[in-house]
Amino acid sequence: MSKAAAPLPAWGDPILSDAEKRSLAALCARMIPASAEFNVPGADDALIQADVAKSLDRDAAAVHRALAHLERLAGGSFADLDIEKQEGVCATLRAEGGPDLTALGRIILQCYYRDDRVMISLGMEPRPPFPKGHTLPQGDWALLDPVRKRGKIWREV
Amino acid sequence: MPSNEPVDVLIIGSGASGAAVAWSLADTKMKILCLEQGDWQNPTDYPSNGRDWEARQFNDMATSPNRRQLWSDYPVNDDNSPIKVLNFNAVGGSTILYAAHYPRLHPSDFKVKSLDGVADDWPIDYHQLEPFFAENDRMTGVSGMAGDPAYPPQKTSPMEPLPMGRSGRMLGEAMNRLGWHWWPSDCAVTTREYEGRAPCINLGHCIAGCAQGAKASTDITYWPAAIRAGVELRTRARVREITIDNATGMANGVIYYDRDGVEQFQPAHVVVVAANGIGTPRLLLNSKSERFPNGLANSSGLVGKNLMFHPYASVWGYFNEETDGNRGPPLSLWSHEFYESDPSRGFVRGYSWQFGRGVGAIMEAQQSFASGRLPWGAEHHAVYRKLHNHRMNIAAICEDLPEEHNRVTLDPVLKDANGIPAPKIDYTLSENSNRMLDHAIARATEALREAGAWDIGVEKPIRNGGWHLLGTARMGSDPTRSVVNDWGRTHDVKNLFIVDGSIFTTSGGVNPTSTIQALALYIADQMKQRLATLFD
Repeated sequence: MSKAAAPLPAWGDPILSDAEKRSLAALCARMIPASAEFNVPGADDALIQADVAKSLDRDAAAVHRALAHLERLAGGSFADLDIEKQEGVCATLRAEGGPDLTALGRIILQCYYRDDRVMISLGMEPRPPFPKGHTLPQGDWALLDPVRKRGKIWREV
Repeated sequence: MPSNEPVDVLIIGSGASGAAVAWSLADTKMKILCLEQGDWQNPTDYPSNGRDWEARQFNDMATSPNRRQLWSDYPVNDDNSPIKVLNFNAVGGSTILYAAHYPRLHPSDFKVKSLDGVADDWPIDYHQLEPFFAENDRMTGVSGMAGDPAYPPQKTSPMEPLPMGRSGRMLGEAMNRLGWHWWPSDCAVTTREYEGRAPCINLGHCIAGCAQGAKASTDITYWPAAIRAGVELRTRARVREITIDNATGMANGVIYYDRDGVEQFQPAHVVVVAANGIGTPRLLLNSKSERFPNGLANSSGLVGKNLMFHPYASVWGYFNEETDGNRGPPLSLWSHEFYESDPSRGFVRGYSWQFGRGVGAIMEAQQSFASGRLPWGAEHHAVYRKLHNHRMNIAAICEDLPEEHNRVTLDPVLKDANGIPAPKIDYTLSENSNRMLDHAIARATEALREAGAWDIGVEKPIRNGGWHLLGTARMGSDPTRSVVNDWGRTHDVKNLFIVDGSIFTTSGGVNPTSTIQALALYIADQMKQRLATLFD
């Protein structure tokens, strides 16, 4: 007896096909390339790609649509185009915009900017906010003296 | 199985107002039950505990119920509104998922008809609410600074303010040069140990639940005290309708779905609705009967009408100097410079500003990607480093005047998981709101430029800005022009009360939670004073 497949979430299939993963990695390389100057990987880095692949969540359907659109613009496999042609397809994709590209970009960026190497390059500690929190200057509240001096601005009833 | 024994008071909703009214009524020793469709939140599950804290703002902790789609949520058809509805459904309601910016309405907000000839006066005033503002501040734990010249002197002193930070200093200096008002906000965030709660440690991510417990959500303020005083809070209980005794015309209980989806009847002598400005009219409109064919308490035809959101404009700037980014509570300073009416501005009433310190690394990348500021390719990294932690924001909260065509009705098709018809929103921005937004954007741009901004971004109105859900069961003395009287009882049903933001006659131009809770405490106090004659 075959086991029934689990129902897909309301927001779409969370799994990318191998072809979609190839397209995604090629797109990411064009979007955020590695930089020796800033000592950061590109968004096509294997760890970041693995994070993207498991993070589609509520944008899953939009990501599938965006990658399908990328392939249509490429007239086949985007990953197999030479870099110059990929750049042209990316320019078209970005010029067209739309909510699917926004969703895809959102996921790529969220995974890229939470990568330890990228955070360290930005001077951030790669950790969650809790429990350490952050320190801020309390400031000098004498800065409010001109506001006090001006006096009441509320309206009498 | 719930017992469903009759109770004296049944409260629907455990958020800002439901929690306050439950706590206040508890000292009567009446049997009080609150039904809440969501469940308790565990602070160790809040996003700031994990590395995915920014990502979760778009998923299970999204502000839109349509995006979030948790089991506790109900869908809202807001396609016909430029401002989308935001909420959270849990013990604590939307106080779980708010910024804890905590201003009071101004005295003038209660008398806009008398002062400016628009909308309607409230049947109560600021001074009647003042003791309840103070009581609510004490229960909530509020930080800020006494002596704000934008308000009448207050009798309570808040805890010391949240840090000014770099962002606050930069904007404060600019506001001083312009001669404009600014002040540390009243914030429902503790800055020292308070009633068992720890002080703020600048997690920077207040909105999606405070892992530290410094932010005052009612699950950690009112509810522990109310439960200790004997109130029962029943979770995963979604109310479908309020039922009526056709002989007397009085409410006699509610039908709800329990945690297993089983329909239950809960009898009650008094029903208090605290389900927010969308959930409350939805419930009343779903409570049709032979005696109330147009929905409960709706003889005026105004249930669901006069929806007010507070249209927001967001104006942000980028600076050479480093700002606070997400390294502190996002909101802790305000300006009420343009709050009171000035006919020379071309609109009536006014707006407040809340200053935003900055945003997180991922939010900056995502928003700048979407706006086109952040390029693809080799330039990406250098540009990003000019944006990240170099932003400040001014958000204008505009008074939204009541208009009957802005409304909540029942969607003919859309239903929640229990098959209950969902709310449908029809809303348009008025010409007055448009002018006010434009004025706010121009002045905020001036302030940010004065502070040194080299680039400015604008969102008008903020699409995902429907935090404040007001006016859809308005308070008034005239039963033909209002839904509840001056102490929260519905004109039509003498044992049915409404205590949430839906009873606002007008909206003011500030975040409403403090006023919602003060109103709830005021109504509870009125009920207690009138117990012997409550149904007269």
